[in-house]
Amino acid sequence: MNFFFEVLIGGLLSGVMYALVALGFVMIYKASGVFNFAQGAMVYLAALAVVGCMEMGAPLWLAVILAFAIMTLFGIATEKFVLRKLVNQPPIALFMATIGLAFFIEGLAPLLFGSQPRALDLGIVDEPIAWVLDNWNMVISKFDLVAAAVASLLVATLALFFQYTRVGRALRAVADDHQAALSIGIPLQHIWAIVWGVAGFVALVAGMMWGARNGVQFALTFTALKALPVLILGGFTSVPGAIVGGLIIGASEKLAEIYIPPVLQDLFGGSFGGIEGWFPYVLALLFLLVRPEGLFGEKHIDRV
Amino acid sequence: MSRKPAFAVAALSLSLLAQGVLAAEEQFFPIPSYRVGPYGANGQSFYGGFIDYLNYVNLKEKGVNGVQLTWEECETEYNNAKGVECYERLKGKAAKSSGPIHTMSTGISYALIDKTAQDKLPLAMMGYGRTDAVDGSVFPYAFPLVTTYQMQASAVVRFVKDKLGGNLAGKKIVYLYHDSAYGKEAIVAMEAEAALNKFALVQIPVAHPGNEQGAQWLRIRQEKPDFVVFWGWGVMNQTALKAAQKVGYPRDKMVGSWWTGSEEDVIPAGDAARGYMAATWNVAGKQVPVIADIEKVVYGAGKGNLQDRSKIGSVLYNRGVSAAVLSVEALRRGQEKFGKGRALTGEQTRWALENLDISEARLKQIGATDLLPEIRTSCANHEGSGKVKIQQWDGAKWGPVSGWIEGNKALIHPLFQASAKQYAKEKGITPRDCSKEK
Repeated sequence: MNFFFEVLIGGLLSGVMYALVALGFVMIYKASGVFNFAQGAMVYLAALAVVGCMEMGAPLWLAVILAFAIMTLFGIATEKFVLRKLVNQPPIALFMATIGLAFFIEGLAPLLFGSQPRALDLGIVDEPIAWVLDNWNMVISKFDLVAAAVASLLVATLALFFQYTRVGRALRAVADDHQAALSIGIPLQHIWAIVWGVAGFVALVAGMMWGARNGVQFALTFTALKALPVLILGGFTSVPGAIVGGLIIGASEKLAEIYIPPVLQDLFGGSFGGIEGWFPYVLALLFLLVRPEGLFGEKHIDRV
Repeated sequence: MSRKPAFAVAALSLSLLAQGVLAAEEQFFPIPSYRVGPYGANGQSFYGGFIDYLNYVNLKEKGVNGVQLTWEECETEYNNAKGVECYERLKGKAAKSSGPIHTMSTGISYALIDKTAQDKLPLAMMGYGRTDAVDGSVFPYAFPLVTTYQMQASAVVRFVKDKLGGNLAGKKIVYLYHDSAYGKEAIVAMEAEAALNKFALVQIPVAHPGNEQGAQWLRIRQEKPDFVVFWGWGVMNQTALKAAQKVGYPRDKMVGSWWTGSEEDVIPAGDAARGYMAATWNVAGKQVPVIADIEKVVYGAGKGNLQDRSKIGSVLYNRGVSAAVLSVEALRRGQEKFGKGRALTGEQTRWALENLDISEARLKQIGATDLLPEIRTSCANHEGSGKVKIQQWDGAKWGPVSGWIEGNKALIHPLFQASAKQYAKEKGITPRDCSKEK
């Protein structure tokens, strides 16, 4: 039973890391109704910007500020050169534009900061907490706990931002209908620049946490793969949904990885495992059949 | 007609002829390389080392017996489709003369194995690729040189056995692997070794890309293995080292394949990588004479291929040099048979690769000791060695902790022969009679 809880807690903490990436998708989708294919690439760019600035001699705090500035500039440039021309175009056009953007970032980021995989030391050791290990014989990582705290703080801040600020309300209005938002005087271009800037900030946080955990390298773009089932479960428009979805995906994939292969081996013989790559997608698919808008997503009703 | 113009015409003709001859005596290397994309950092070091050595031979010796080495790169981004596209683009130039083709990709090698045989161009797969191509009777144009995944796994088990006091009976080894063709290739060897040495083998796959291994390492913690043999790739490597640290598994009880043993694999893991070991067939560092000389000669002449010179002497840079050394030695061997000072066709290079004999003495002579083990290839053995060293990361650099270790050839090579036989049957290939090959 001890082992079960160890796997469960480890899974929940991993889920928080997925949620960090998923939050960036939610930000863009909430404000523009676009699934931002480039979010994984933005995570990569943000983390590379931090280590790149550190290599040029900047201390960590300054590197983070500079990276944030880079991500904000990137957000403004995206609005000006990519999105502005696509106002009122079907969402698929915007989606296609983000695919192009992803390839562009994947080429640009290593060009600016180099492609060499590098370590990012945030001063948080990824080691088990000794007290928990000694008393409960369970491995709970200090790093994962910090990541959970960071994610909680980020979610709380974003939820408050969307709910209670003028800009937040304007973002939601833009997401509902570009044209209607423009007609009541909401400056669409500013709003999009802000939202891409905020998504850049979320990408920066996710990039730093994932980069500190696995190193800063091209594979950071793959973190987006982990965020997709989280979004399907939590809903594309819900900030808290990203966290809950992340927890469900993290816990279920870890438990599945441990407990399903032995059953399959007993049934069919041979060797099974490595199922956590596809298990979250199957879970998300099943969930789609029951609740297509996700746990916390907005239910869309068309009256005819 | 006066004598002067006649002399001038004759001189001009001779000069043009000479130029023509010179142009013909260029040995072309088609290089489908990758320097951008997910694994671009690895490719930059490897192909940087490869091209630097070709340049070195041109600068130092004016080519191989006077034959200048030329090459053309084509970017594959480690993508199979692009790899094939590059091959198709380069093969026209390679029709006249061709050195071995190094793709540094198992996937691209698989995609090219039939094409290269059809086009009579030699495909080198040093430490990767289709491993049953060791049997040259079925795969005349494919060369999984130096070591294969299976022989490497066998050598790693031999090293672990030595570490555990010479007896593996009753011990437990976890085989943690990338859940792909690459990771699965060595399973057959691990199972054969487990049966032979009577140790318990626990196989734990990791789904691609492997950037999350929490469950696998909690299981490893439960299993309490004596050693973890690790077949990772890309981000999976750093993630495993970090996850091992997280569950408190000692890194000096982990041995990886050569795809897990470069600076790119350990530096991103920081302190978590200290003590970790991996297989290799070339040492790192600039203490190898030819590496130091390349820096002096090639970079001194401003012809170095790397923008970032700090990579000189890294594991993958030296491996690129190692691949180039082997390729150039093959050209020398081929020229001994087909004529010194002549460029080799793909077919002739194939013969040379199949008749390699690179001794320790020869490696010492060219300053390449420890960049390669001794290699003797034949029609029946396109691997030619099967030996690796084990190196350990001390937190700053890789250093060897073993001598050459050869995998259990008697155990492993019959597996290749059986697989090659099956392949020949499926493809309708009549294997060559190796006893008749010279």
